[in-house]
Amino acid sequence: MDSPLLQVTDLTMRFGGLTAVNALSFEARRGEITSVIGPNGAGKTTVFNCITGFYRPTSGGIALTHPDGAVFQLQTLPGHRIARRARVARTFQNIRLFAGMTVLENLLVAQHNALMPNVASGLLAVFGLGGHGAAEVIAIDRARGWLDRINLLPRADDPAGALPYGDQRRLEIARAMCTAPVLLCLDEPAAGLNPRESDALAELLKTIQADGCSVLLIEHDMGVVMRISDHIVVLDHGQRISDGDPAHVRADPNVIAAYLGEGDEDDPDVPLAAASDGPLAAAS
Amino acid sequence: MAYALQQLINGVTLGMIYGLIAVGYTMVYGIIGMINFAHGDVFMIGAFLSLISLTLLSVLGLSSVPLALALTLVFAAGIAALYGWTIERVAYRPLRGSFRLAPLISAIGMSIVLQNFAQVSQGARVKPIAPLIPGGIQLMNVEGFAVQLSWMQIVIVVTTLAVLGVFTYLVSATPLGRSMRACEQDQKMAGLLGIDTDKTISLTFVIGAALAAVAGLMFLLYYGVIDFFIGFVAGVKAFTAAVLGGIGSLPGAVLGGLAIGLIETFWSAYFSVQYKDVAAFSILVIVLIFLPTGLLGRTDVEKV
Amino acid sequence: MNPILKDAGISALVALGLFGPMIGLKTEASATGLFLVPRPLALAAAVAAVFFGRLVLLTWRGRRPGRYRANRGLSEALKRSGRFLTPVLLAFAVVLPFISGRYGIDLGILVLTYVMLGWGLNIVVGLAGLLDLGYVAFYAVGAYSFALLSQTFGLGFWTCLPLAGLFAATWGVMLGFPVLRLRGDYLAIVTLAFGEIIRIVLLNATSITGGPNGIAGIPRPTLFGLQFSAAGGPDTFSGFFGLEYSPTQRVAFLYYVILGLALLTNWVTLRLRRVALGRAWEALREDEIACRSLGINVTVTKLTAFAIGAAFGGFAGAFFATRNAFISPESFTFIESAIVLAIVVLGGLGSQLGTALAAIVMIGGFEVFRDLAEYRMLLFGTALVLIMILRPRGLVSGRTPSVALGRRREISAELVAEGRG
Ligand SMILES: Nc1ncnc2c1ncn2[C@@H]1O[C@H](COP(=O)(O)OP(=O)(O)OP(=O)(O)O)[C@@H](O)[C@H]1O
Ligand SMILES: [Mg+2]
Repeated sequence: MDSPLLQVTDLTMRFGGLTAVNALSFEARRGEITSVIGPNGAGKTTVFNCITGFYRPTSGGIALTHPDGAVFQLQTLPGHRIARRARVARTFQNIRLFAGMTVLENLLVAQHNALMPNVASGLLAVFGLGGHGAAEVIAIDRARGWLDRINLLPRADDPAGALPYGDQRRLEIARAMCTAPVLLCLDEPAAGLNPRESDALAELLKTIQADGCSVLLIEHDMGVVMRISDHIVVLDHGQRISDGDPAHVRADPNVIAAYLGEGDEDDPDVPLAAASDGPLAAAS
Repeated sequence: MAYALQQLINGVTLGMIYGLIAVGYTMVYGIIGMINFAHGDVFMIGAFLSLISLTLLSVLGLSSVPLALALTLVFAAGIAALYGWTIERVAYRPLRGSFRLAPLISAIGMSIVLQNFAQVSQGARVKPIAPLIPGGIQLMNVEGFAVQLSWMQIVIVVTTLAVLGVFTYLVSATPLGRSMRACEQDQKMAGLLGIDTDKTISLTFVIGAALAAVAGLMFLLYYGVIDFFIGFVAGVKAFTAAVLGGIGSLPGAVLGGLAIGLIETFWSAYFSVQYKDVAAFSILVIVLIFLPTGLLGRTDVEKV
Repeated sequence: MNPILKDAGISALVALGLFGPMIGLKTEASATGLFLVPRPLALAAAVAAVFFGRLVLLTWRGRRPGRYRANRGLSEALKRSGRFLTPVLLAFAVVLPFISGRYGIDLGILVLTYVMLGWGLNIVVGLAGLLDLGYVAFYAVGAYSFALLSQTFGLGFWTCLPLAGLFAATWGVMLGFPVLRLRGDYLAIVTLAFGEIIRIVLLNATSITGGPNGIAGIPRPTLFGLQFSAAGGPDTFSGFFGLEYSPTQRVAFLYYVILGLALLTNWVTLRLRRVALGRAWEALREDEIACRSLGINVTVTKLTAFAIGAAFGGFAGAFFATRNAFISPESFTFIESAIVLAIVVLGGLGSQLGTALAAIVMIGGFEVFRDLAEYRMLLFGTALVLIMILRPRGLVSGRTPSVALGRRREISAELVAEGRG
């Protein structure tokens, strides 16, 4: 059996006295959608930040194995190398688009390394040398394809900051996908979306999976999580409290206790559907 | 050894002056997040005000030096505070909440205005003043090298500590201090909770300017000469001190000031006087590279 | 009482407090120590000026509440007229030496030098969003590299020009590397410190740089080997073309050199904006964290901006040295950095046209008030404050997309970030 795509072992992250992630181990398999869920402040985003190189873990290992067998120890790499060499892409809980640049420009910036493999080629491009023109034609084509997929082609020349919220979320995913990742990490992509938009998002993630890109998903919208996940990891207080397929997790008393015990009422982040019907009802 | 002790005394004196100016930078930065570029020039204006006041008092025939100094301190701090208030009102308040570079350019403009105002109104020539407090005590005499602690240095250090004491009380134990800290945390929220943010910010400038004027008086006493250009270099060094101490931290500003004063004095004493500013700035660069939040600054891992 | 009158009265009182000691009592040094010269008239004039100034301002403002909307109108008008303003400006710049006398050409050279510096700094501040308060350092490095190279190795202007740019870029990388991790204001203050360090070194390394006396006798540029001199031989410009020698020829030639250099800067910047590197700079200005998540090496990208900006500063410095034939550390003070930064901000960050206009307005305006002597800098500082209050976003705000599937549409300045670096 081949090794899992992502193997997290004993990951610990401390901020001063606060242990946000505590000896966490889990794995994400190739070609699957793996969800990470848990109450607010459980440490989900922190795990993402460790995987994508924004935080340096206090201890523990994160290994990523490419289809060709190349292994990357992510905890040792700087963020931009993780994106470029290990090919892990991500989105952010608070959308981080280039608001003053157009939708198309956002997608071209994502293909920066394809357009400009090194500084010399970047400088040659000023004089029209080094094949920048041809590369840009390909990059624009790719961007156009993604815009078509997320139905934003008509808005390609509008500034990203002027898009409605739902469109911005999808654009951020498209931008991440333009880096041609093997693993896509999404931090609450359905937050703030209406039910129709959430459905469309779930469909989009399914097609991304079908294209061969594995997905790691943080999400509070249990409807989406239960519908599309192959595998779910549940965190609470930085620790794994449950791990398995949706049916297993849904029935796990630990999970129910964690959610009910943590007081959903005062967590404005939890989507209404989850808050009113209990966290796991939407999918049952 | 004796030589080093002498440098230590001189460095602490100088450091106190830098520390006083640095407090103004750090307070303003803490509360509205801008480099008040004109602050060094307020210090320069404070020095001029002190000069004018001391001359006036001697023309008026006041012969008691302590009384003259006390009056000058109050006068210079008071008028400089008015400068601080006006500058904020005229050059910064209309730009609050706008584009980040605009207040910086406005501050640079204000700094140019103050410098040239002083030059035009008081002349470009260096202004010397006769030493007011001569003499001192000889601490020790090692092989012919006498370690001097002048009365002037004692006066400077004591006054600075007293002023800083009053000031610390003001910002830590009064409602004003609480409002300032609230505005530092979250200006909008503080406003919603009924704190008059405009007034708090104004007061921050007023206090900073008054402290800078005290530093100006000390500078005048210590060096005995001033000109309209002293604000720039002293300002940059004081800002360096504020950054070194961790910007936003008041004890840090004083500590940073002492550090810069000591570095400068020791460098001048043991290496070269010409490059003393280079030493101070290089320290700034080195500290920032290895300790990006300064000595006492809060570390903030950027939340993503 | 009339509120406007009351407000003006209070302002006058404040002015009395501010100006009373500083203007009312002038300290004069004499052999016996300091004495005071009272100047009641000057003080009264200053206070009256504040009183009436405030009165006029408040009355005017009371009549025109829509001041800010009018401002946005100007920005858009400038932007729309940009399409024909640019060629008109360019044409004017090209024919200037023919329609103007010596003084006009000299002024043109001065303005163009600042246009070039502004465009160079615009790469760093406007595109990459890195606040550099020590740009003059690279100007100085360019000037001194050229001066020293020509004096030590006898190299000519055209050989030294690229070398000067290269040296400046190298310095840019060397200075930039350790500090580019710093954010916003720390970067600003460290670059300022670097500017000062370089100036102090130039001032004190007397054996190499001549210290405060500077370097004199820097050679003038030649046109394909033709010199501009009164000698009139076949290797001089006038001799070769059979013209009568006039010093204006040399000045006009210098003018075209700086025009060419400035246009080169502009062309390179415009090209850069449309390729991956320039887009990465702008993305960096917008959101550095997102850039990292997309695999962009933030340090390298910032360094290229720093280095390219520095290179253009170095070119301008070399030109400055050859034009003046003399340089000293006095020409490279912080105030120069401040002026160039003010030009970039006044122009509107990232706008090429705005930067050019701002340089014309500021340097031209500065020249107009030449007779005011020491009051000139006072006026300059006041203008900086006023301009920022009236137009915090600069003359031409907003951003043109670098690429589009359809028509390029302006992006409003409210959406464009200004960078934190
Ligand atoms: N840079 C940081 N500095 C200090 N504490 C941090 C930092 N980042 C995260 N934390 C803390 O770590 C804990 C976990 O935060 P994290 O953002 O990972 O939670 P989460 O599971 O993503 O929650 P949510 O569902 O609300 O997004 C929280 O207590 C948070 O305050
Ligand atoms: Mg989170």
